[in-house]
Amino acid sequence: MSLANDNLPPSMSWRGWLLTETPHSRMQARLGRAYLGWRGFLRNPLAMAGLLIFVILVLTAIFAPLLTSHNPLAGDLGHRLLPPNEVNILGTDQQGRDLWSRIIYGSRITLMIVFLVAVTAAPIGLVIGTVAGYAGGWVEAVLMRVTDVFLAFPRLILALAFAAALGPGIENAVLAIALTVWPPYARLARAETLAVRNSDYVAAARMSGASPLRIIIGQIMPMCMSSLIVRVSLDMAGIILTAAGLGFLGLGAQPPSPEWGAMVSSGREHLLDQWWISTFPGIAIFIVSLGFNLIGDGLRDVFDPREQ
Amino acid sequence: MKASFRVLVSVITTLFGLLLVTFFIGRILPADPVLAVVGDHASAEVYARTRQEMGLDQPLWQQFFTYISHVARGDLGVSPRTGRPILDDIVQVFPATLELATAGTLIGIIIGVPAGVWAAVRKDRWPDHLVRFLGLFGYSVPVFWLGLMGLLLFYAKLEWLPGPGRLDFGYEDMIEPVTGIMTIDTLISGDMEMFKNALMHLILPASILGYYSLAYISRMTRSLMLGQLRQEYILTARVKGVSERKIIWRHAMGNILVPLLTVIVLSYASLLEGSVLTETVFVWRGLGLYITDSLFALDMTAVLGGTLVVGCAFIFINMLTDLAYRVLDPRAR
Repeated sequence: MSLANDNLPPSMSWRGWLLTETPHSRMQARLGRAYLGWRGFLRNPLAMAGLLIFVILVLTAIFAPLLTSHNPLAGDLGHRLLPPNEVNILGTDQQGRDLWSRIIYGSRITLMIVFLVAVTAAPIGLVIGTVAGYAGGWVEAVLMRVTDVFLAFPRLILALAFAAALGPGIENAVLAIALTVWPPYARLARAETLAVRNSDYVAAARMSGASPLRIIIGQIMPMCMSSLIVRVSLDMAGIILTAAGLGFLGLGAQPPSPEWGAMVSSGREHLLDQWWISTFPGIAIFIVSLGFNLIGDGLRDVFDPREQ
Repeated sequence: MKASFRVLVSVITTLFGLLLVTFFIGRILPADPVLAVVGDHASAEVYARTRQEMGLDQPLWQQFFTYISHVARGDLGVSPRTGRPILDDIVQVFPATLELATAGTLIGIIIGVPAGVWAAVRKDRWPDHLVRFLGLFGYSVPVFWLGLMGLLLFYAKLEWLPGPGRLDFGYEDMIEPVTGIMTIDTLISGDMEMFKNALMHLILPASILGYYSLAYISRMTRSLMLGQLRQEYILTARVKGVSERKIIWRHAMGNILVPLLTVIVLSYASLLEGSVLTETVFVWRGLGLYITDSLFALDMTAVLGGTLVVGCAFIFINMLTDLAYRVLDPRAR
């Protein structure tokens, strides 16, 4: 009984457990830090607004069928180019499709692009960075040189050239964007690796016979994860804007898919008379990338207090 | 000396990498580059001959070598779309992009630097919040959409500004291209009406691009300035009774000038690239529109030529900044 009291005095709640000065396990310390970060995040109203936008985006994507009354793909030429009205609250496009329904379903495409780019680019950067950092020598020199070359490229144009060569389509757009966003991740992962490669726990793993591959995967990669995740979330808005730009140029999702960038583009011819076709999808892009920017700013404030 | 050599080596390897990537995109990524030229219905004989003409029967490293030697001689290939050498096309359209990016950067500097300083001096007060808001908006809004909205408001609704293009319809053939920069060419021609027209056409696209430059420059100026205002020498100057204006514009500004120059140059380089979407929206016949037009004509040679030129401009600008940094900042020597 007395032992239990040492660990958890009656006055101590779960909050006290999280914030204790003397954590009993690594997990407790980690959870405590995460909790402090979360509290910092909660105190930042802008970051919370960003999080709210993100949550709404996810809910919109999940419950799209419940939020819409029209088929986002099926046109109805009898109702084309209608201004916003009671039935079609954002109006209809040149094929008579309900803009509200298309924008709602478009959230799925945006989320998918962001998710796919993140899970493609982050591992590329992580592998290149950690291998370069751990191996050192000429392996590091070559890998970092390649990274610098990609970093020196104009991003949008490179993505454009990749997407054009691969052929239009959403998968290729994702691949093209992923190929242009990984270099900063590789640099970050390398820096983190250099910071831990000579630490005792890595030496211990090496002495107990772990192979370099095992050390990189088991001991080093986990240490890079948190900063990598922050960095990726900072890039999300840029990824959305690039994807929308490719869509606008006709290199992203193909019609009749309701991708927001392509929707803005499709309204160009009708801009002067039927302004709503281009305007509303653009507002959707803006709100979502604003949300990601706010989250990214908030995360940076939490993880990098130097700015304050 | 040694440092300059290092910069040179890094530039050369980066250029080599750029060539490798464009070569890779052009020759390897399309499933069959020969098919792209001859079409689906070509006979086996035509196919084989074209393949040989394109040099695709040679080993890959040899093809790459040929590619490099062509590029080194300024031969980027001939565009199937325009029927002209790609380099000639690019030389013709590049000044338009330069004009737009320069005008945009000027707007970014003239408004962005004072705004950033103002935000730093009034930290956590409304000027600071305003600059932060402008930045956040700029980082979140799609440039092509902002361009369309600008046209909708200032051209269609208010009728303050002309529509897309570099001159009004009908004027375009009347001007003799000298520099390719419309505002300068019209000025040379001496026709003030035409100059005014060119200027009016420049305002909206340049402001849209300039806004992005402004968002970036003001944010960076703010953070550089804050870094200086915290320093002790500022406190010393204040104690000595130096006027606040002099502290900010002479003492602090003097110390952030070199990094600020880097920021401005980087923003300029990114505008060269960012003009792709803006030029498409405003039908501004520059490099960006050339690339996207080639894209729709499936003219990959021209797309890659354009990519190569923008990439080289990027590398060159980065090198210049790097060297300028070493020359201007005694601490970097």
